[in-house]
Amino acid sequence: MSDADHLEFLRNMAQGMNQGSPHAQALKLETVSVDQDGAVLKVPYDEKLIGDPETGVIAGGVVTTLLDHACGQAVHAGLQAFKTIATLDLRIDYMRPAEPGKDIYARAFCYKATRSVAFVRAVAYDESPDDPVAAAQAAFMLDSSKGRGFGANLKPRKDGQ
Amino acid sequence: MSDRSDDVKAMLARIPYARFLGVSVELAGDEMTAILPFGQHIIGNPVLPAIHGGVLGAFMEITALAQLRVSEGPARQPRVIDVSVEYLRSGRPLTTYARAEIKKVGRRIANVHVEAWQDQRAAPIAALRGHFLVQPTEG
Repeated sequence: MSDADHLEFLRNMAQGMNQGSPHAQALKLETVSVDQDGAVLKVPYDEKLIGDPETGVIAGGVVTTLLDHACGQAVHAGLQAFKTIATLDLRIDYMRPAEPGKDIYARAFCYKATRSVAFVRAVAYDESPDDPVAAAQAAFMLDSSKGRGFGANLKPRKDGQ
Repeated sequence: MSDRSDDVKAMLARIPYARFLGVSVELAGDEMTAILPFGQHIIGNPVLPAIHGGVLGAFMEITALAQLRVSEGPARQPRVIDVSVEYLRSGRPLTTYARAEIKKVGRRIANVHVEAWQDQRAAPIAALRGHFLVQPTEG
């Protein structure tokens, strides 16, 4: 695949991940940019996402979802070919509350991918990545849905699976 | 219904994001279970389908805040310092439950562990460990 084709693939994949995911739609998640250097996503400020009614600050959980989603897109951007992925762990440091009324952005970068695991770092910010709201470090399992097709989660879980 | 139960339920009712997710709590004495009903709007992966990992993290974070409210009583809402979320199994289109255990509350910091499960308590789908600032100072 040429570089231009790969970039187009990444943009389509990001759009698919946002529009095809009901929760991403509910939060109005949007990919601002995606390329070999990673992904930048945005969640618009919305009163229904407030976590602290006294201050109007967006809930930490929304930042968690934004970071998880951005990290996932950064993993795809870091791979040569599409693989299904699943978050293994996600560590988030909350440095300061986001400014009420402002949209929140997340910039994520996959700094290492092995055959089965990808490692990602990300920051969330409202004005500048140099003054972050939160920082994240995540690991993703690759080929996570291998052998588990459409509707796999609708079947009963086998013991301990 | 106890004051403690009324208080934590009122706290959740005031948080728009907790209402958006549909989180509720049930108390048996001082043991609290948080409940996240399944809904289309919390699906992250539509193929499997699976609940968005961010939603499970957010749900466990709310569970920790609610448990702190139950155990420590009414105060300014604690501020999250850091969380570490482990994903053990994908979140199926089912009701999710979570319980939190407060490992330590100091003068300023609380350490809380949370575990979430669906149809089998012994097969948790995710876990969270977090630090919370229980007495936020100005600035």
